Amino acid sequence: MAEPQRARPKPTPETQHFWDGTKAGELRLQRCDACAHVYFPPRPFCPSCASRKVSIFKASGRGFLYSYVINYRPAAPGFTPPYAIAVVELDEGPRMMSNIIDCPQTPEALELDMKLEVAFEALDDKITLPVFRPAKG
Amino acid sequence: MRRNQVAVVGAAETTELGVIPNASQLQLHADAALNAIADAGLKLSDIDGFATAVETPQQVCHYLGIKPTWVDGTSVGGCSFMLHVRHAAAAIEAGLCKTVLITHAESGKSMIGKLPRSTPADSLNGQFEAPYGVYGPPSMFPIPVLRFMKTYGITHEQLASVAVVQREWAAKNPRAMMKDPITVTDVLNSRMIAYPFRLLQCCLVTDGGGALILTSADRARDFPRKPVYIMGTGESVETPMVSQMETFNSSRAFKVAGPLAFREAGIAHKDVDHLMIYDAFAHLPLFGLGDLGFMPYEETGQFIADGNTRPGGKLPLNTNGGGLSYMHSGMYGMYALQESVRQMRGVAPAQVPNAKISVCHGVGGMFAASGTIVFTNER
Repeated sequence: MAEPQRARPKPTPETQHFWDGTKAGELRLQRCDACAHVYFPPRPFCPSCASRKVSIFKASGRGFLYSYVINYRPAAPGFTPPYAIAVVELDEGPRMMSNIIDCPQTPEALELDMKLEVAFEALDDKITLPVFRPAKG
Repeated sequence: MRRNQVAVVGAAETTELGVIPNASQLQLHADAALNAIADAGLKLSDIDGFATAVETPQQVCHYLGIKPTWVDGTSVGGCSFMLHVRHAAAAIEAGLCKTVLITHAESGKSMIGKLPRSTPADSLNGQFEAPYGVYGPPSMFPIPVLRFMKTYGITHEQLASVAVVQREWAAKNPRAMMKDPITVTDVLNSRMIAYPFRLLQCCLVTDGGGALILTSADRARDFPRKPVYIMGTGESVETPMVSQMETFNSSRAFKVAGPLAFREAGIAHKDVDHLMIYDAFAHLPLFGLGDLGFMPYEETGQFIADGNTRPGGKLPLNTNGGGLSYMHSGMYGMYALQESVRQMRGVAPAQVPNAKISVCHGVGGMFAASGTIVFTNER
């Protein structure tokens, strides 16, 4: 029997550009052309000023560890506990949930405010997930 | 809304609480409803307004045999019932109905006739949270707490004391699931669930239900029980995605709903004799004390650790034992409301002497929603 797999995102018309981006190795955010608000998750209007004139841009992929839990319970399919479920604050402002790779999943190693950089983990030929690892240097 | 125009005249929980393997979720709704109707001295045919969450109003109304002229199926998680109270009070004041029944029930432990919860893969939660291994409330609800602790200097010991104090209340309550005394050390040595939270800092998982009956304050005088008036109400929602909260240093939904209810009631914090803050996990009373404006966030942990919320303390909090020790079927808001009503009637197992004003604050869907009700027993 195949290993149970982690939950697979299914893009919608409003989020397709984001998943196209991760597949191409880019973390894409949106910025309002009217008020310059940068936001996530994707939608074709600005949640701050309601303008429909918004642009997609490639984010820096840099951020810091805002908060997390380390899950010890029976895990979601595709995960082996203990594993951290993190929220990353991007340099551009928005936050996103993610996992932290290349780092022990311990309170000692996972320091709040530690600098992170995006990495990409292909789940299959359609979906690549953005994850984060401790920033180099 | 005008204060004290609507009152709770019927309130009851299911006959049993805890593990109820002999009843479906729908039957638990009916059991709670029939108990509340008996408590109010009414007949089913007297009910012309109905509200519930998760189960649909049509499902429960049909099962009970109720023909309502007003329904509310607001379903925003565990605080839905606080919102139902607010909406019902407005509906009664507006003349849309006279006597509202609000029911909650959940076969949270036995899972009999419980509706499945799912996160579609093309929802925003399904795309941007589920792939990272979130798996039920214990893996999501505590995500903000490490940031909250760092910002305000809250310690693990202070967060453990929340569970210790609530167990003291539960010990006084014959219907509480967990009554044995615990210490901060016990909490910090209990099994890790989702760091930083351990087993004793997470709510119970039980079966049960509860129901409330509301009518106008003028009619309430003719009922067998002491009326409990709706003095003030508030509600709000923020986001179903915990990662997308405006900040982890507070809850926006709390900060909208709580102060709204205080303003409407025309009360100050010193007027509050009894407080319920929905405690699915140990950090919620700290968020609540700060967001409702009782004290600066930095002081919330020490306030509880110092015993101010314990039996005999100056601010009795979660006096039934809370979701951590009393019961938690999944949507605990109804049980918090029931305890506020008991305290205002003067019949709670751990009664706060001479309590006249009770604030009942709920949270729903992690930090997605909030509802606050201020009750009083004086018109």
